[in-house]
Amino acid sequence: MRRTLSLAAAASVLLGSLAVFVSAQEPQGGAGRGAGARGGGAGGRQGGNPNATFPAQQRPAGDPALIARGNGLYGVNCRACHGVDLRGGDIGGPNLLRSQLALNDQEGELIGPVITGGRQTPGMPAMPPQPLPADDIKAIAAYIHSVQATMQGQGSPPAGARAELNILVGDAAAGQAYFKTNCSNCHSVTGDLQGIGGVTTDPVQLQNLWVGGGARGRGGRGAAASPDSAARRQVTVTVTTPNGQKVEGRLDRIDDFLVVLTTADGAQRSFGRNGDVPKVEVRDPLEAHRRLLGAYSDRDIHNVTAYLVTLK
Amino acid sequence: MTITRLFFTASLAVAPVLLLAQQPPSPQAAPYQPGLNPESIRKPLADSWPTYSGDYTSRRYSALTQVNQSTVKNLTLAWIARVAAANPQGGAGRGGGAGGGAAPVIVGGEGSGEFGGGGGVSVKGSILQVNDILYVTAPDNVWALDARDGRLLWQYYWKTKGGTHIGNRGAAMWNGYLFFETPDNYLVSLDARTGKERWHVEIADFDQQYFSTMAPIVVDNHVLVGTGNDLDAPGFLQSYDPETGKRQWIFYTVPMNAGDPGLETWPNLDAARHGGGQVWVPGSYDPETKLYIFGTGNPTPGYTGVGRKGDNLFTGSLVAVNVDTGKLAWYFQTAPHDTHDWDSAQTPILIDGTIDGKPRKLVSTAARNGYFFTVDRVTGAHVVTSRFGTYSNGFKGVRPSGSPDPDPAKDATVPGALVSPVEGGVTNWQPPAYSPDTGLFYVHEQNGFNMLYLTDPDPRGSMGLGGKLRVPVGDLDNFLTAIDYRTGKAAWKHKYPGGGSSAGMLTTAGRVLFTGDGSGNFVAFDATNGKILWHTRIGNISNAPQTYMVDGRQHVLVAVGDTLYAFRMY
Repeated sequence: MRRTLSLAAAASVLLGSLAVFVSAQEPQGGAGRGAGARGGGAGGRQGGNPNATFPAQQRPAGDPALIARGNGLYGVNCRACHGVDLRGGDIGGPNLLRSQLALNDQEGELIGPVITGGRQTPGMPAMPPQPLPADDIKAIAAYIHSVQATMQGQGSPPAGARAELNILVGDAAAGQAYFKTNCSNCHSVTGDLQGIGGVTTDPVQLQNLWVGGGARGRGGRGAAASPDSAARRQVTVTVTTPNGQKVEGRLDRIDDFLVVLTTADGAQRSFGRNGDVPKVEVRDPLEAHRRLLGAYSDRDIHNVTAYLVTLK
Repeated sequence: MTITRLFFTASLAVAPVLLLAQQPPSPQAAPYQPGLNPESIRKPLADSWPTYSGDYTSRRYSALTQVNQSTVKNLTLAWIARVAAANPQGGAGRGGGAGGGAAPVIVGGEGSGEFGGGGGVSVKGSILQVNDILYVTAPDNVWALDARDGRLLWQYYWKTKGGTHIGNRGAAMWNGYLFFETPDNYLVSLDARTGKERWHVEIADFDQQYFSTMAPIVVDNHVLVGTGNDLDAPGFLQSYDPETGKRQWIFYTVPMNAGDPGLETWPNLDAARHGGGQVWVPGSYDPETKLYIFGTGNPTPGYTGVGRKGDNLFTGSLVAVNVDTGKLAWYFQTAPHDTHDWDSAQTPILIDGTIDGKPRKLVSTAARNGYFFTVDRVTGAHVVTSRFGTYSNGFKGVRPSGSPDPDPAKDATVPGALVSPVEGGVTNWQPPAYSPDTGLFYVHEQNGFNMLYLTDPDPRGSMGLGGKLRVPVGDLDNFLTAIDYRTGKAAWKHKYPGGGSSAGMLTTAGRVLFTGDGSGNFVAFDATNGKILWHTRIGNISNAPQTYMVDGRQHVLVAVGDTLYAFRMY
């Protein structure tokens, strides 16, 4: 979850109501950040890597001059097959970042024999031997390890140069038609969504925002996408006690046993719940939006996004 | 009670004979120590809690009835104990919150402790209860507590080399020995009386970025261990000798050599050998067939399947191996060619049931992708497939084989795909339960949607769980769901008004179902219909509730982060 969260947070589109659910085998935020702080702060370690959990990231940084020389040698001798980013090449060189041998290697003692002796893998092109002196092999190994050290959490590759990806594959006219049919009962491009494409200029962010209904979910702490929307996103509740008294306010908390709300004068009230008593009516402005999640096709989504970006 | 005691007596009578057969023929072999006779794990779950799931069926169904539908309202707090990591320099930390005093602290480990994750202690696994002693674990830590009052008896601290400190699912016991796994991939054996280390052995390669969280499972003279990995390394289950720590066998969940079964479901051997399928949640054991049945993790790279076209056996599968040989007996794939990190490691439950009027030996599992399966546990033959995740949309349908058919349109795409469930799945490692009284399989159902973007469109595919952006866009109804194993249909559901729960399940012959509601309440439900019988607000449950008997009183034990709560009848 950690990586997902950090990316999402960066995009300011993290929509709430996330179940507190331990994603399988993934560090939770707290523990993961703790590890990162230690990894980054420990002297002699690979600085700046927030995921210094494993030896590839923990090992002491190599000599920059040696790494630079190794980079050059890699380019001449290895890159054609193993790729400029070490993640493998078109003609069959395996990914060195996840290679068992390259991960176990310390300073060329395992990589060296492969470089000088070549390698034969069934079903794969043979790796031709490269007659290189021991110093060069050490330099190449140091370079490979320096790249391994930049791998990110959960086996993700080094960040590298982020590809510019165009998510705007939809048909804006079709999106406009969809909007008119399905959205215009509640939303208006001259009202709450006026200029939305100019306010939220990143198409990914805009798409996440509208698909998620533009708020942080239950609890009413809305991330205002447009100025007048915050109030509309508040989850409210009406509690009707057995003697007919109605208490209304912002919903703070609800479970099977308790409902807590804040009334208009700022006072917090709580009521015990026992089945249907007292009567509790929750009004979540996002409820309708959430129900739509099961109905959208990806094509609808892409079309509507292509339309909304035009609303500058 | 009477039946339970009879079992106990019987097991004591046969114990010495069995031990002679199991122990290595060495004159130095340790004499019998008070502890857990491995034969006793075969008994139905009652007074103690001797293995991860209570017993080998993994039903988490206790025969105890003192706490039942009528009496559960009389549960009262017996004790609270807070567990804390030991200070690496020696002294106990905050350990033994319930009057710990000078309990011994044993320190082991191969590392500096520097890369220990930095988070606080959270108990996310099962707690053993043997001879009125509780054995509690968290990453790098084991605590022995008196089951009567939660008092700390000893604690063990492992100085780690690092690794992913996500959780520890518990310890295992064989006679007087304890076993647990560490995030830096050691199987550590302790003397259960003192916490003193007997030995530790490396069970997976730390350089390859394996990390180990599973609760070992003891079967006869085998200690079964699994590991985790996020960097495209092969998954495996291993068996170790409880006396010596020597490895007995290893079973890879992906093809590792030319000619291995399942290789035809991968484009090439290199892809298979980097194909994942980690074994990180304990399975179940059928003594009649000697089959250990477990679920396997997702294939890797997790989100970019372009380099691993095919069904990717035996990832995302129910797998049965012979416990003596480690050889595959059968498999059933519950998640062919997964591309969403929806693995199938969830604990399967053995059910002696009836299908079409005929008695059947079955195994059921509720998978992270939102599908429920029942198969024949002797042959692996398919019986039932159903979708229990109300909104799960990653599949085109169900194949004639009973496996769900993945929909490539719901892979990560550059413009984004709307997928349900979220990355954590409809369910996850949290243990389900099954009651033979009701015929119902209990599991939490978490429904939500992600926008899933491909951020690394490289034709070679990405690595690990990289190459994607997953953004939660809405949380839908979350339920406690009771599934009929014969049809896969929900007999009833309880909708949580406050969000979803990540607690595991416990059910009992008192027809009570215990779990957490995700809103900070520990709740007892009527196992027959989901009616709420009792609750207490102690915070969100971080493991699965358990129950045991001490001094003639039934206890219910549950963890909330670093704090254990024991309830008993007043």
